[in-house]
Amino acid sequence: MLPNLDDDFVRRMLRKVGAATVEDLFSDIPEGVKLGRPLRLPEGGSEYAVRREVQARLRQNKTPPETLCFLGGGVWPHYVPAAVESITSRQEFYTSYTPYQAEASQGVLQALFEYQSLMCDLLGMEACNGSLYDWASAAGEAVRMAGRVTGRNKVLLGGNIGPQRRGVIRTYTEPMGMTLETVDFDRATGRMDSEDLKKKLSDGVACLYFENPNYFGVIEDEAPEVTSLVHGSGALVVAGVDPISLSLIREPGAYGADIAVGEGQPLGIPMNYGGPHLGIFAVKDIKLARSMPGRLIGLTTSVADQQRKAFAMVLQAREQHIRREGAMSNVCTNQSLMAIAAASYLSLLGKDGFRRLGETVIANSHFAAKRLSRIDGVVSPHFKGAFFKEFVVSYKKAKAESVFGKLAKRGVLAGSPTHKEVGSQSGLYCVTEVHTREDIEALAAALEEAV
Amino acid sequence: MRNYVQASWDEPLLNELSRPGRVGNSVPSDPTISSRFKDPQSLIPQSMRRDSLNLPELSELQVLRHFNRLSQMNFSVELGMYPLGSCTMKYNPKVSEMIASSDAMKGAHPLQPAGTVQGILSIFYDLERALCEITGMHRFSLSTAAGAQGELAGVLMIRKYLAEHGGGARDEILVPDSAHGTNPASAAMAGFKVVKVPSGANGQVKASKVQELSSERTAGMMFTVPNTLGLFEGEVKEVCDAVHAAGGLMYYDGANMNALLGRARPGDMGFDVVHLNLHKTFATPHGGGGPGAGPVGVTRKLADYLPVPVVAKGKTGYSLDYGLRRSIGPLKGFVGNSAVLLRAYIYIRLLGASGLKDVSSMAVLAANYLWKSLDPEAFPASHEAGLFRKHEAVVSVKGELPGSAMTVAKAILDLGMHSPTVYFPLIVHEALMIEPTESEPEEMLDEYAEALNSIYAKIKDGTLGPVPKNTSVGKVDEVKASHPLTLRVHW
Repeated sequence: MLPNLDDDFVRRMLRKVGAATVEDLFSDIPEGVKLGRPLRLPEGGSEYAVRREVQARLRQNKTPPETLCFLGGGVWPHYVPAAVESITSRQEFYTSYTPYQAEASQGVLQALFEYQSLMCDLLGMEACNGSLYDWASAAGEAVRMAGRVTGRNKVLLGGNIGPQRRGVIRTYTEPMGMTLETVDFDRATGRMDSEDLKKKLSDGVACLYFENPNYFGVIEDEAPEVTSLVHGSGALVVAGVDPISLSLIREPGAYGADIAVGEGQPLGIPMNYGGPHLGIFAVKDIKLARSMPGRLIGLTTSVADQQRKAFAMVLQAREQHIRREGAMSNVCTNQSLMAIAAASYLSLLGKDGFRRLGETVIANSHFAAKRLSRIDGVVSPHFKGAFFKEFVVSYKKAKAESVFGKLAKRGVLAGSPTHKEVGSQSGLYCVTEVHTREDIEALAAALEEAV
Repeated sequence: MRNYVQASWDEPLLNELSRPGRVGNSVPSDPTISSRFKDPQSLIPQSMRRDSLNLPELSELQVLRHFNRLSQMNFSVELGMYPLGSCTMKYNPKVSEMIASSDAMKGAHPLQPAGTVQGILSIFYDLERALCEITGMHRFSLSTAAGAQGELAGVLMIRKYLAEHGGGARDEILVPDSAHGTNPASAAMAGFKVVKVPSGANGQVKASKVQELSSERTAGMMFTVPNTLGLFEGEVKEVCDAVHAAGGLMYYDGANMNALLGRARPGDMGFDVVHLNLHKTFATPHGGGGPGAGPVGVTRKLADYLPVPVVAKGKTGYSLDYGLRRSIGPLKGFVGNSAVLLRAYIYIRLLGASGLKDVSSMAVLAANYLWKSLDPEAFPASHEAGLFRKHEAVVSVKGELPGSAMTVAKAILDLGMHSPTVYFPLIVHEALMIEPTESEPEEMLDEYAEALNSIYAKIKDGTLGPVPKNTSVGKVDEVKASHPLTLRVHW
């Protein structure tokens, strides 16, 4: 990795530089701050030795195919097609950086432009940025943007959104002095309580953030009514989505959301123990694009040949490298490679494949929910609201923590404890196209023993 | 000079390639389950059923050709020299890609019980210890997804710490005029006013200036060392003292840490908070713009303020700790950019203590060598020609014509090399910011310098002609790209 380490190179290069030794190049570092000793770290290993050591350590992780994973909550087990991995393994994509020099970077630029277009189609939106870090930080940015755009500082959050998004929204909005209020959910259906929403809406509200399907996997079927309520008070609607659900479920743009955010991980990105994932961020009204955080790619032409299409980063005056403290966000490095994965995933599955995927997911998850309901001491699904791929299961006699642990011991990762409002005896389950009937039977058998 | 032409496919958009009825991947479906659900969409309430879905329809080979052709129209580190200043475009070891692609990494879900992910958690723990040793910090949170997010975490910690220690009225952050744009943007996001610190004539920040600008309103200062001019900040210790004396805290922007590995540590300089860009200094790939990872480290007194989760080691093994009492909270939904963190750990294991020091030696040697190989008439140094540079050098293009830095940047693309960062830092006229990194062999540095020198000669004698002409498209109309706005296709 160090091609000039040999003495001959060093000597020759130093001569050109006009220094006697390499140490001389650091002579301007004051003695008081120089590290006068070697770093206390192990010495380096050969590629073979390091590979062997790190792989041995990673093997302590219990992952599929050794285990079955039915966990969800914002990261979901989905199949990553081989072609997607092949595309994201192209070194031209992964060893380049932000396409500052458009002429030499048309590949990344066009791929990101296609990502923006595909996401706009999927979400029913007019402008999508080139990616943010993940769903939670995209939600945080969206709520901040709603505050900027409306000049208001109260935020309504669905009581049934993921705790990860809630926590990050709080961290992102706290410095703006925004206050968060929770809209209750119906204990029987798991859906947002629109009566409570009505009570809490006022002319101080910047936005409502809700998720559809929500954290319990339940579909918010009153979403169109909810958005018109919120718009009636002059606030924006921010919808958080699992993009896979949009194979069958109405897109946020069609029910009036102003900003759509979501987690792009299920679109061809491995779960990777939490990242890198893909923060989706899109707006319905093209005028809002100027207030958006993050990079945007636009379609243009070459200067000399106006017939030749070309791509470039646009509206950069929103961004930190131009606007500094006046920027819409501080984001610079984003998740471009993950956006390329999502673009290739959506084009591989296409219109029919993506719909079929949705059908398999909803069928498998409903089959599983029903299968689990046959177990003594188990209520499945816990909520009556219609669900897509995740559902809450409650246990009549067992604590969720204990069931979660017992299942894991049996090699079944499932039933992560849900948040307190649902009590301490329920867990979240996620079933997708990767689960076979045998897998679901194995889950049922393990749960039967665990409760 | 090399005879270079970049691939140029004039590749259509996906929707133009689409034909009804094509599917590029077979979706699994178990007939014994699907036969029970004749109309799966009926499980969705009427009001929420999707009416139409507009996605392109292509075969697998068509999708591969499309993206492979796009990839051929993209310059990258593994194709040629990519000395984008401040971005540290070094070689990304292949073995890291290989290890990170194992099922044991890819298949791990962030909500798995800690007992089932001891492998990756133990690696996180060791990575945190290594980063503490390298920077002289007490603890790190690995959760922040990029440098800018690490910065936001850092200033939020400063804000919360001060608020809890009688400094709630401190609402200003000092930021040098040479700083990356993310610094003022992060400070503003955290609710601070930004006070610009002008660099001295030598391109460095004067402690006396910092003292003058510090007051009872100063919450802290964000400081990049070496700075974006490639210069070590000679008064760094005095600057830290001045801010501390005023009651503020010091934030170290680690974007340029590559120059100091094994030689100097922000903790020893007096910094309280540090972020590192693992995609720069620790060789994880830049991914066409991301992902990165921007862990944030602190001294002992700030350790409870770190963003959650942090990694804990106890009697039963390693776990994620979400319970830090004074934490600013989470900034990312789940854990962190774990697969990036894994790669950084592998890099540290490959290099080890002396290898990391060799990295800073070779990176600094390469930067100075390339700088000294440039024609000083054509490319005068931004500041202090007598001082050695650290990880990068900033020069001006001697001003024959406005926009000459951009012309140089486009011209070098024609030779199969990436341009330096241009027009940054903002305080340098017609700036070229050149960071070759330790990865470039001597002869490549020679070739790059020769290319820049000859481009300048051609500009001067008027023989350069329109550039670029060997890239996949000629000069892109960036003005038109915004007016009218075309951010997506409709079809």
